Amino acid sequence: MNNGKAFRRGMLHGIPIGLGYLSVSFGFGILAAGKGLTVLQATLISLLNLTSAGQAAGVDVIAAHGTLIEMALVQLTINIRYALMALSLSQKLDGRFTAKHRFLAAYGITDEIFGVCAAQPEPLVPAYMYGMILGAVCGWVLGTFLGAAAGALLPESVTSAMGLMLYGMFLAIILPPARKQRSVLCVVVIAAFLSCICKYCLPMLSAGFAVIICAVLAAAAGALIFPRKEDAEE
Amino acid sequence: MSIAIYIAVMAGVTYLIRVIPFAFFRKKIKSKFLRSFLYYIPYAVLSAMTLPAILYSTGSMPTAIAGTAAALVLAYFGCPLIVVALAASLAAFLTGLFL
Repeated sequence: MNNGKAFRRGMLHGIPIGLGYLSVSFGFGILAAGKGLTVLQATLISLLNLTSAGQAAGVDVIAAHGTLIEMALVQLTINIRYALMALSLSQKLDGRFTAKHRFLAAYGITDEIFGVCAAQPEPLVPAYMYGMILGAVCGWVLGTFLGAAAGALLPESVTSAMGLMLYGMFLAIILPPARKQRSVLCVVVIAAFLSCICKYCLPMLSAGFAVIICAVLAAAAGALIFPRKEDAEE
Repeated sequence: MSIAIYIAVMAGVTYLIRVIPFAFFRKKIKSKFLRSFLYYIPYAVLSAMTLPAILYSTGSMPTAIAGTAAALVLAYFGCPLIVVALAASLAAFLTGLFL
């Protein structure tokens, strides 16, 4: 497949991802503006990070005037899954993926882009990934811009309700696998339980650190109680 | 502290997480514990971030509970992310009209 065709095909696969991102990033834009960030700052965060949970947690750290160490640890914990996805994708790259392309395309590894790329039967070429990343990034950045800019124009009853959007998406990500796998359900319940304890019993713990501690403990418990078989499907 | 520095740290860490394995690693992780841990961590993070924060996300507990309930039901039945996210907001908004 030539580069132009691969790029267009990637773009075609990226547009639905971008449309899905649009409304979620709209919610992020409102959230970020609500916590005192400017439209430019919110849009820049989306352009540079391209990750929902990490950005939401990052904005919390900024709003709470957390330390930079906390910011780095929060991002590391929340986004470490991308390392696993990057590792998995690195095994199926076409020979055209030179070092330069690897450095560029790594920027666009998200849950959805990983999912679609990993599901392709043939080895990945750079043009295909670039097309998909472009489609997805446009939706993510545009949505953030609109949310941050128009958030102030919309009535408060609407924007406050949209604050739920990101969390609704998180529930939509964790519930279906939790329903199918007892191990995931167990991890999810432990994490939520610990998080409630942190919130109500340890109020001096900042939100960012609380998420890190709860998530690491819950995932470690899951790994100890339910170690996964080598070839278990992901 | 300048917000630009926060954004730079945030973006830098996130990029390094993606690029290091993508550009340099060629082997598979062998440790069963580590593989399992990495598999569970996203679910643990999302769960810890969502609860109990979702209940305070609208500024009013009743509307947040309505939105959460809608999200839980639709997510349980495997509706697409976008549908769950929009329905949760809509449920919270509609509940807000009656308060």
